[in-house]
Order: sequence, then structure tokens, then C-alpha cells
Amino acid sequence: MHSSARPPLRLVVIGNGMVGHRLLTALADLGATQGAAITVVAGEPRPAYDRVALSSWFGGRSAEDLSLVEPGFFADHGIEVLLGDPAATVDRDERAVVTSTGRVLPYDRLVLATGSRPFIPPVRGHDGPGCFAYRTIGDLEAIAAAAARPGATRGVVVGGGLLGLEAANALLQLGLETHVVEFAPRLMPVQLDEGGSAALRRHIERLGVSVHTSCATQAIEHEAGQPARLTFDGRDPLPTDLVVFSAGIRPEDALARAAGLTVGERGGVVVDARMRTSDPTILAVGECAVVDGRHFGLVAPGYQMAKVAATHLAAEVFGAPEPPDRFEGGDLSTKLKLLGVEVANVGSVHGLDGCTSLIWDDPVGLTYQRLDVDEHGRVQAAVLVGDASAYGSILDRFRTGDAVSAPGELLKPTAPADPTAAPDPSTGICSCENVNRGAICGAIAEGCDTLAALKKTTGAGTGCGGCVPLLEGLLRTESAGPPPGLCEHFDLTRVQLYDLVRVRRHTSFAEVIDRYGVAPGGCEVCKPTVASILASLDNGYILDGEQAALQDSNDHFLANIQKDGTYSVVPRVPGGEITPAGLIAIGEVARDFDLYTKITGGQRIDLFGARVEQLPVIWRRLVDAGFESGHAYGKSLRTVKSCVGSAWCRYGVQDSTAMAILLEERYRGLRSPHKIKMAVSGCARECAEAQSKDVGVIATEKGWNLWVGGNGGMRPRHAELLAEDLDDATLIRTIDRFLEYYVRCADRLQRTASWIEGLDGGIDHVREVVVDDSLGLGAELEEAMAAHVEAYECEWAATLDRPDRLARFVTYVNAPDAPDPTVVFVRERDQIRPARPDELVGATR
Amino acid sequence: MTLLDADRTTWTPVCHVTQLVAGRGAAVLVDGGAVALFLLDDASVRAIGNVDPCSGASVLSRGLVGHTDVDGLPVRYVASPLRKQRFDLDSGRCLDADAAVATWPARVVDGVVEVGRQASPWSNGPETAP
Repeated sequence: MHSSARPPLRLVVIGNGMVGHRLLTALADLGATQGAAITVVAGEPRPAYDRVALSSWFGGRSAEDLSLVEPGFFADHGIEVLLGDPAATVDRDERAVVTSTGRVLPYDRLVLATGSRPFIPPVRGHDGPGCFAYRTIGDLEAIAAAAARPGATRGVVVGGGLLGLEAANALLQLGLETHVVEFAPRLMPVQLDEGGSAALRRHIERLGVSVHTSCATQAIEHEAGQPARLTFDGRDPLPTDLVVFSAGIRPEDALARAAGLTVGERGGVVVDARMRTSDPTILAVGECAVVDGRHFGLVAPGYQMAKVAATHLAAEVFGAPEPPDRFEGGDLSTKLKLLGVEVANVGSVHGLDGCTSLIWDDPVGLTYQRLDVDEHGRVQAAVLVGDASAYGSILDRFRTGDAVSAPGELLKPTAPADPTAAPDPSTGICSCENVNRGAICGAIAEGCDTLAALKKTTGAGTGCGGCVPLLEGLLRTESAGPPPGLCEHFDLTRVQLYDLVRVRRHTSFAEVIDRYGVAPGGCEVCKPTVASILASLDNGYILDGEQAALQDSNDHFLANIQKDGTYSVVPRVPGGEITPAGLIAIGEVARDFDLYTKITGGQRIDLFGARVEQLPVIWRRLVDAGFESGHAYGKSLRTVKSCVGSAWCRYGVQDSTAMAILLEERYRGLRSPHKIKMAVSGCARECAEAQSKDVGVIATEKGWNLWVGGNGGMRPRHAELLAEDLDDATLIRTIDRFLEYYVRCADRLQRTASWIEGLDGGIDHVREVVVDDSLGLGAELEEAMAAHVEAYECEWAATLDRPDRLARFVTYVNAPDAPDPTVVFVRERDQIRPARPDELVGATR
Repeated sequence: MTLLDADRTTWTPVCHVTQLVAGRGAAVLVDGGAVALFLLDDASVRAIGNVDPCSGASVLSRGLVGHTDVDGLPVRYVASPLRKQRFDLDSGRCLDADAAVATWPARVVDGVVEVGRQASPWSNGPETAP
């Protein structure tokens, strides 16, 4: 609540990119979000994410991992966020922003953080299908989809600058033959000199990327609605299946132009050093802004602008005098890892007069370093390729302007190998946030023992992320480091514990932690892991007695918790085969409890929005209709997907649906290190996508081919062929052995894909053990599976019959009928959905 | 029904101790606010705000209880079932983020769990304080 009589400052921020969001966090840090009514308008459907690290999305980081928004940030600071609804016009007379959907947002102060748009060279065919920009997560999703198209094997990036090489990394990670086409005679012409470009080129060609410089693209020719080739002026055409443009960026200044604000000669909103545009009620920060005729396409200067703007806005919120903060002009020094190659520049080596260049060029070690010093020995610029370990010390000298008596010592081979090893605490580590080694080591000494903690405490690593490897290095060297075992309570791994529990027949967590761990105790890592081991070996009901306290929350409630604390319910639909009566029964339950209904990728139906006390009633209905638990909540078998096979399909050669049902009913409920997905296809056309599953079965004329270790999701992996032309009995015996061997040997939360990759000998080792029985374990593994099959019971049916087991399903123990006020639904497309924070703000204020 | 004891803490009975499972939590309503109760291995109970400040969902009672050391001192915490941020059951402070939940004194008297009416200095959570 605002205590003074001053009305809250109405602040509208257009854009929630890295800089726009930094402005909000800076305002929050200054305590200014309370006295302001802040609304953020953004065109993208998701809040701020780390655009600098985009290509890591292809390396397995999810959009969520890339997010820069702390959970609850907007709600905690009362910031209203309108995503996916870009600002359409700025009405300066009325002081209001109008969005594309017609929302009118009056403002006292407006901040433009609209960033930039990719520059797409206007060559013929640039706007055809299969041609992409490289700026948003939406672009990445489109690129990934195009690369997954059948027959897509080649990709071309137009632009050999910093972003272009990031895009090339993305294509490489998608498994495409990757080409980079650059108009200039060399790569990264802005940041690097000729020697540096040449070294970088050697590096990335060695990674399999083809580089084409001095190459003016004329057209992209399409055939059959897909890109076919790029044509050039005076060169052979280059065949391709998709094209990514990364030929630079242009300030996104359309709103400002339309509103009549002063823009720069080459675009961009002109601002002064306090980030004010030609209209003093409007500020601009980041890539859309131009200061002194300069445009800054890097995150570090953008963050400085955000800080200056936030300081001035905060002063207005508090009614304080104008602060002295000014944007001093950013320095364009950067250090990056492009395609695994370290590349850094300090200042600019272009157009330097009266400097002496020291060059270390090692074509064997693929290292190029150049340092330019003036007549007084002051560092003016540097280029580092292949080994940028000297970046910190050089940048430090560049910024302080101190003369260096022996500048050559800053370079290889006499330079300290690694700034993390240098004892000088003033060595810069994070240039975005200007954090030095001393501050990092201090934070570690005070207990920051994880990267997340270090980022939170020091701010280091939260900008471009280029220093994260250095931070990790310091964490390793400066702190004791994490123990090798499962968690702080066990020095043993899951596999070691599994063997001990199996051989010594332990039956409780208390025994296990007493014997092998630090007792009393346990945590959210070791408790469910040991519970899963006990369940794998014992096959009994998992929620009685001591086990009740060990299970992950989802196992405890036999349902999947969702973001608002409600649960989703997934009945098993073996093989994806369901009768009309079954469909109607599920539909009636969903209708009667008003649950959000969605078809899953595993050929079943997910029902969302169930409150914890509703779970038993919902399951009573489902069990009575003949359904059983789908174990969607457990680290266990999920589904066996199938096609209709020889029963219906004119191509099918085996009854894949019957086999899928048999397998699903055999392995349901098997507790394992991670979830297990399977599929059965009735012919080589593979409609069930079995080669992307942990266990994939594909019909042949003679029987079944068995594939294992496939994975979709974050790190897609093609399954490997384990055995061919198996009859039904041999197929089942082989899968029995494979699964039990996996359950016995894999680490906690390790899918079959990474388990096999990590095995010495890989798939060949698995084949020796599982097919050839080289360890003589075959019979034992089959027995273990037989015991599982014998003991299986539906956990929900076993729960519903027992009042003691049902007692946990209440929201409030002392008020069983009271609703949970934090669960609020809105309706969308005729179904419920949890209210978003901005909708809650609207509803409660 | 509330009881007033010697140091002027008022105690509200909320449930019977047999309704709790050692090592897990359960939520109760106290004066309209959701409180997460935890029965620990030593048979003592803890009471903290049930709303996870990192997500806004009323779920902390459904997290797993764990033990760790902070600055050499043993800490018992609950890990949120949503994104696993840990909250110290004694102070309410989050070990993984700049957040905290309210805490209240709790005790077991003749098998009845009671929550006291003195919020700790960390009580800045979104809960309605009991």
C-alpha cells in the first residue's frame, strides 16, 4: 500500500526482452515498484528470456531454463503483464498506449524497450517457406520443425557475424550439414581482424561447418514449396533445405517513428544520457535506442541503460531530486564461446592510429591473439580467438587505462593460463555485471555453493552467460564441491544402493540410511530414490507405513501436480485402444468435475484441474468404469503407443495393437530410475514412432525388430537396434531382461538413452548382457520381471478400498469442505485454465 | 476455541497428531489462512505458511521434508513440490531464493496439535496471519 498522498506513477513498458526486464528488476531493487502502477506490454507470448544463449535451446535447455523471470516476480511486485499483445500505437497527446487488441493503457511515463528486428536482405525468395530469422524462441521452434521434416539434411546461414555463427551452432546441433554464407571476405568482420577471422574459420571448419566468404546471395530458389538452393553472383549455387538469416539487426523503432519521436539517421530512437527521448515523458533503452549516434547491439550496455532509466524513474516515483546517473557509453568488448571456440575482443582493432600490434598466431594450436598498445603502453584493443583466457586481465588494463610495461606478457605463452587461477582478486570475471574474481570468491567463501546461488548473490553470469564456465571453474576450485554420491546423506550412488538393497534384502529407508548414510535425515533426493529401489525390488503397495513419507509428492497423491497445486489424472489406455463406452465414461467424468481435457502424445487422455480431495471421487468413477492408474505420475512405464497394424492397415504385417496392449499390461507399474516410454509399429512405415522410445518394437515379415534407447523430448536420440526378427516369446523375454537390467544399473533420473550412452561398450554391451547373456544374469532378470508381473495391482483400486489410505486426500485436514482460495480458473476455448498472475491481479485488486 | 498460555501466546487446536504422517506435511486452516504442519522424526511439529511464495500455489504441505546443514547448523526444510525450492521449517526462510514464508509456534498437547498466534519476524508471506 502506498502511504503518501502522491498518486502512483503510471508506468508502461513496451517490450519484455532482456533489457526491458532488467529495467523492471532494477526498479524492484530500488523499491520503486510499490509506488508505481506498472504495465508491461510484449509482442512475444513468453516473458523475458536469455536471448544471448538461444542456441543452447538446441543443446537441451528448455524455454523455461532460458527464462530470466524469477517465479512470482510480476505478481510479487504488482506488475501487470500483457504478453502476446504488442503495442500498436503510442498516442502522445492522450499519453496512452493502444495494443493490437485495442487495450488502452494510459501512462505518466512510457519506456520503449522494443529491441531490434532481424535484418533480412531483400534477395528474391527471402520470404518463402523454409526461410527463417534467428531472434526469438518462436524462430527456434520453426527452425527445429523445418529441420525435422523428412529429407531435410542441409541448412544455410546467411551472415557470418556473431549471431550467424550462433545460428550455425543451432543447425549443427540439429544434425544438419551446415553452411555459413558471408558477404564480407571474412567471418565476424566487425569484431575481428583478418588473422582472428582466419583462426576462427579454421576452428569451425574443423567442426564440419562449410564457410563461404565474399559471397553475395542473389536469390533463394524454391521447389515444391521448399527451399532448393541459394544462388550467388558469379559462383555455383548451394543446395539447401532451409535458410536462416542472421545478417544483422535493425533498431525496432516503428512505434517511435509513428508517434513522431526523433529517430537517428540509421534508425533507432534518439535518447540523451538519461535515456530520455525527444518527448521527456518517454524513455528508450536497449537495442532500440541511439545515444550520441551510436546503437548498441550487446546486452551489457543495454543493462547499463536499464539501470540509468530505472534510477531516474525511481526518483520520480519517490518525488526525489534528479539523480546524477548518466549512460556513459558502452564499451563493445565481449567474450563469447561460439561453436565451442572462445572468441573475444576488447575495444576495436579497426581504425587505430599510432598503435603497436603484438600478435601471437599459432596455426597448429589454432590460437590467435592480438594486442594493440599505444606509445605509452596503454591497451587500446585486442582480439583473442581459440584461447581467450587473457581477456579478463587485458580488459582490466583497457578499462583502467594503466600503462603496461611488458604488454607481451599479457598474451600467450607467458600469460596466466586461466584468470580463475590468477591470484589477482581485481581480475574481471563477468563483464556484463562488472563482477571481479574477488567478489566471486568472497561469495563462495560465504556459502554460495551452486551456480544459481552465485548468480543470485553477485549478479555474475546473469547477462550474456559467457562467464558461466569460469564461475563453474571457481565453484570447483574454491569450494569443497559436491560429494560424488546421491546427495549429502549418501556417498553411494543409486546403482550401489540398489545392489546393496537387493543383495542384503533391506526393506526400509531407515535401515538403508542407518547402514549406508548419515542418519537421521534424508532429503527430497534420497528418500524417493530409495523408495523407488524398494518398490522395484518388492513390488508392493508404495504408500503404506514408512514408504508414505518417502515418495515424491506426485507418487504420494497418485496424480501429477500442476502449477496451481491442482492435479491431472491420466487413466491407462493400453496401446491407445479405447472403446466408445470408455471414451464416454472419461468424457462424463471430465464433464461432471469440469476438468480440462487434452489428448496426450502417448495416446491417452489427460484430465486437468482436479483438487486433491476430488481425486478419490474421480478415481472411484474411473475404476468403476474399468480404468486403472496410468502411472503418469511415477518414474515407471508410461504408455505403449501403437498403430492399428495388420488388423486394419493395408500395409501392416503384424498385430501391433495386440502386442502393444500385451506389453503395456506386462510392464505397467514397474518402478524404474526414470519414466519409460514404448511403442509398437505394425510395419516398417513406423507410424507409432517406435525409434524415438526407450523400447521400440517394429514388425517385420518374420516377427519383430527390437529397438532401445530412443528418446524424444529435450535431447532427441534415435533408438539403436538390439535384435532382429524375434518371435513373440523371445521379444518379451528380451524386453524383460533389458528393462530389469536398466532398473538395476541406471543412475537416478537417467533415461535409457543416456544410460546406454554412458555404458562402456554402449549398445554392444547391452546386447551381450541381454541377448547373449554374457554375464549369466538372464534367468535372474527374467525372474525379477515375473515377480513384478505377478504382484502388480492398480494403485488406485488398492487405495480406494481402504479408508486409511484415503485419509491423505484432503486440502485441509481440519476443514475438509473448505475450498482453496489460491485455485482460480478462467475459461478459455470452452474449458477451464488456471488464471495467470495478471488475471489474478485484475480479479483481486 | 483458543487457549491463552503464560507467555500470552494463544493456541488454536487444529487436528489430532495421528492425522499427520511422520516426515510429511498436512495443511490446516487457521482463522481462514492455510498453514502447513509437519510432524518430524523427533515427534515435534512445525507450522509454516502453506503458500509457496515462488509459485503462489498453496502446496508446501505436500512437499518432502529434508535435512541439511547451513553454516554448520542442522536445518530441517520442506522442498516445494512444484519447483523444489527449500524452506527452513524453523525460520521460514527459503534456502534457494530470496523469499520466505510465515512461521508459527506449534506443539502437541495430549495428542492434539496446536498452532500459536505469534508470527515470526519472517512472516511476510501472503498468508492471512492466524
